Amino acid sequence: MLKLQSVVTYYGRILALRGISLHVDAGEIVAIVGPNGAGKTTVLNTISGVVPARSGRIIFDGHDVTGFPTEKLVRMGLTQVPEGRQLFAGMTVLENLVLGAYRRSRAAKKKEMADDLERVYDVFPILRERRNQLAGTLSGGEQQMLAIGRALMSRPRMLLLDEPSMGLAPMVVKEIFRVIADLRKEGTTVLIVEQNAKAALGIAKRAYVMETGRVVMEGTASELARNPEIQRAYLGKGYRQIMDQPRKV
Amino acid sequence: MPIWNRKIERMDRAEMDQLQLERLQATVNRAYRDVPFYHRKFTAFNIVPEDVQSLQDIVKLPFTTRDDLRDGYPYEMFAVPLREIVRIHSSSGATSRPIVVGYTKNDLKHWAEQVARVMSAAGVTKDDVVQIAFDYGLFTGGFGMHYGAERLGASVIPVSLGNTERQVQIMQDFRSTALVSTPSYALYLAEVMSRMGVSPAGLCLRVGLFGAEPMSDRMRSEIENRLGITATDNYGVSAVMGPGIAGECELKNGLHINEDHFLVEVIDPETLNVLPEGESGELVITTLTKEGLPMIRYRTHDVSSITREPCKCGRTTARMSPVRNRTDDMFIVRGVNVYPSEIEALLYDIEHVEPRYQIVLERERGLDYLTLKVELSGEMISDQMQKLVELEETIKHRVHAVIGLTPRVRLVEAKTLENVDRSNRVIDLRER
Repeated sequence: MLKLQSVVTYYGRILALRGISLHVDAGEIVAIVGPNGAGKTTVLNTISGVVPARSGRIIFDGHDVTGFPTEKLVRMGLTQVPEGRQLFAGMTVLENLVLGAYRRSRAAKKKEMADDLERVYDVFPILRERRNQLAGTLSGGEQQMLAIGRALMSRPRMLLLDEPSMGLAPMVVKEIFRVIADLRKEGTTVLIVEQNAKAALGIAKRAYVMETGRVVMEGTASELARNPEIQRAYLGKGYRQIMDQPRKV
Repeated sequence: MPIWNRKIERMDRAEMDQLQLERLQATVNRAYRDVPFYHRKFTAFNIVPEDVQSLQDIVKLPFTTRDDLRDGYPYEMFAVPLREIVRIHSSSGATSRPIVVGYTKNDLKHWAEQVARVMSAAGVTKDDVVQIAFDYGLFTGGFGMHYGAERLGASVIPVSLGNTERQVQIMQDFRSTALVSTPSYALYLAEVMSRMGVSPAGLCLRVGLFGAEPMSDRMRSEIENRLGITATDNYGVSAVMGPGIAGECELKNGLHINEDHFLVEVIDPETLNVLPEGESGELVITTLTKEGLPMIRYRTHDVSSITREPCKCGRTTARMSPVRNRTDDMFIVRGVNVYPSEIEALLYDIEHVEPRYQIVLERERGLDYLTLKVELSGEMISDQMQKLVELEETIKHRVHAVIGLTPRVRLVEAKTLENVDRSNRVIDLRER
């Protein structure tokens, strides 16, 4: 469904992605894990057209979408849930959700919008309860639910999730990840970026491990979860420091 | 005909290319980061991992040779700390440094999967009783095939090599249906059977998977006729993984390569340029999933060619032609890889003989024999019987220590081997 081939991205003069290749098949949850600053979020931002790719190709549904603007991708069914949620704090839950559908609101019939709202409320019942509450007054977990709910309003076939567990209590993370797994069951394909490798590898089928703008490992999530290097990375220990013996370089 | 992993073995070319590119890049990134040898080599070539932006870019990367691996003896080429290695295999070779291969847990899992596919392609199923007549030990053949057969769910008999009468007995009593061995050992088994008065018609054996040495068409039909089985060829390289790199399906028209784990090129051994599809040359293999010992462009010195034409069996993976020749002087006796240079090196250390020698390979009643002719030094007078016998024993012992095989030794007068050179150092009289 989605393919990246040797995607290179710069932030200003900084080389952020050094040639990233990955793929996500329809109906899969695929995770990108790795330490802070590895370039994980940049991958999502490059796919969704927030930052341009310097070289390489991005293919969605068989179309070369390299350089496509975000809104065009959303219309094609590819929607990103940004890190830090980026909600409109001064607007109500309902208003935020309606905004998620704004790109087709003019064309979309009221009925369609209502159906989508119902679906989001079914996924996150708490949002129905809080629909008239200001987004800024929600808890962290509820805000994350709202961010995902807002993305669902565009009826995506594929979701790009950026650090959905950030700043959330373990119980809440569990709930969010349960919903992500449910979304996949309903047919939504998911590419998820996470520092919480344990949680991400728990729901993903496959994963890529990034480091300094490169993919250094890939494989099934279960394979990677057992890998000692991932376990070290997850614990934040450096590779060289804990080598058994010094090596000649 | 069942296909063990339909998703991978029937994958379309574009998807396989994508998978190979992703894995090639990850492998190169890891090798560069974790193996000082590759870091140095890349630096010397003035390249960085991100120079590999397509599968074709692999030609920018340096080759890895047998000597590189020997220089890294024992663990220098490993990409992970030793405590993550759960299995160690090694090539033969005691005086010259052998090649040591380390596997992580994931490597072993992948290895079993690769061998399971090869076995399945040959027609083996979980209902088969697989008799593995490969040496179990440092050699990758025994354990490699063993875990693949178990993965498949077959009943595995790890009978290992030797005691051929017992092999035949087990084959009869345990009702073995599949045989794993070298092709020459299969012929020897047939020989022993006829001596024992055992008729293959009374056995349950129906399929054989042969590897570790070349199997000519003649050998194949002889095995098939004498044992009454289907004989398939499979391919492996110990330094790269072991068995499981490729294997024939029941149609026997080329060995299906496990392309999701190995990227295979064919090069001209002189110019080192990559040859177009279909042309014969030296096989070069890059591992795509190996963690313990990633291998970039390993020169196998095996001669083969590749086709990407889909096979009638339904598999879409590339196929390689059976390996029958080498680009170097290595030869194989009873599944053991032998380099003349190893024998030459040990002769240097033995008193009273010159490092001038000739090797004659013969096959008698299905079994391979290596005769080593060695030239005596001028001062050695050949009527000192006792001394000569001792000398012969010493040579036999040393050769066995290095290649794991006892040669027949023939001491010859000084200067009789003066005309031996590269062209006639090894005389192979075995039927091909």
